[in-house]
Amino acid sequence: MFKLSGKCALVTGASGGIGAEIARALHAGGAVVALSGTRVEPLEALAAELGEGAHVCPANLSDPDSVEALPKAALAAMGGLDILVNNAGITRDQLMMRMSDEDWQTVIDVNLTAAFRLMRGVMRPMMKARWGRIINITSIVGQTGNPGQVNYAAAKAGLVGASKSLAQEVASRGVTVNCVAPGFIQTAMTDKLSDDQKAALMGNIPVGRMGTPEEIAAAVRYLASPEAGYVTGAVLHVNGGMTMV
Amino acid sequence: MSDIADRVKKIVVEHLGVEEDKVTESASFIDDLGADSLDTVELVMAFEEEFGIEIPDDAAENIQTVGDAVKFISEAA
Repeated sequence: MFKLSGKCALVTGASGGIGAEIARALHAGGAVVALSGTRVEPLEALAAELGEGAHVCPANLSDPDSVEALPKAALAAMGGLDILVNNAGITRDQLMMRMSDEDWQTVIDVNLTAAFRLMRGVMRPMMKARWGRIINITSIVGQTGNPGQVNYAAAKAGLVGASKSLAQEVASRGVTVNCVAPGFIQTAMTDKLSDDQKAALMGNIPVGRMGTPEEIAAAVRYLASPEAGYVTGAVLHVNGGMTMV
Repeated sequence: MSDIADRVKKIVVEHLGVEEDKVTESASFIDDLGADSLDTVELVMAFEEEFGIEIPDDAAENIQTVGDAVKFISEAA
């Protein structure tokens, strides 16, 4: 089940903890992967680890030209483009009263506008193939909100609305568009939290622990698979029961 | 019919799965040939590839019939 042989997948933010694990899971399923990110070194290290069927396609998602070029580069490297995983995301946390226009705009540009442009860029090959999978990594905070993350939560909620709209536009062409919404996942980002902060968080998670990148990657692999063809416009929450929506 | 018209017609027949004799010059993609808005976007993409041209969005909006497409492509190619 959930075999991806013969499929080509572009993963953004593949240098990060969750993105790298998503790339590993898709590759393990048999897909050829294009690893994108801004930092070339970790991408090359991951490509070397995966071996055959892994390509490095660096891109700076805050630069519109770089975003436009990415689907073309990935298509050229892999010879196809069947799966897009918009995983890249940044944070510029700040209480709203102190949030600058730049903090707002940078997060919207990278987390929402780049994802929109990439979805638009991959539509042509997917529509022609009458098969495509778009998986957007959102966040539980897009649904619940989070103090200090007005920009991030807005971008993630925006991505959910965009996904549901596109899902309706292209469903008849065999292209599905879904979101995976992680809760608290063990990554370099959450390692920075203090023990007290972590303990407070655990109290709100019924499963009683943080999630792992592998648990996010498994959800992505499912949505990318042929078996998930009847699932579109969905948000799959992977949060240990922290919020049940 | 010109070569361009023949090629346009072939694409329309293949893409929309309609009878060849229904694809007349005055046939509207949406009203006569049963295309939806996404079909018209795909047809424009197919024309672009077949003829190696770029059809800007504002021009694409005005291509509503088979004749419109042939006219635009004849002028652009």
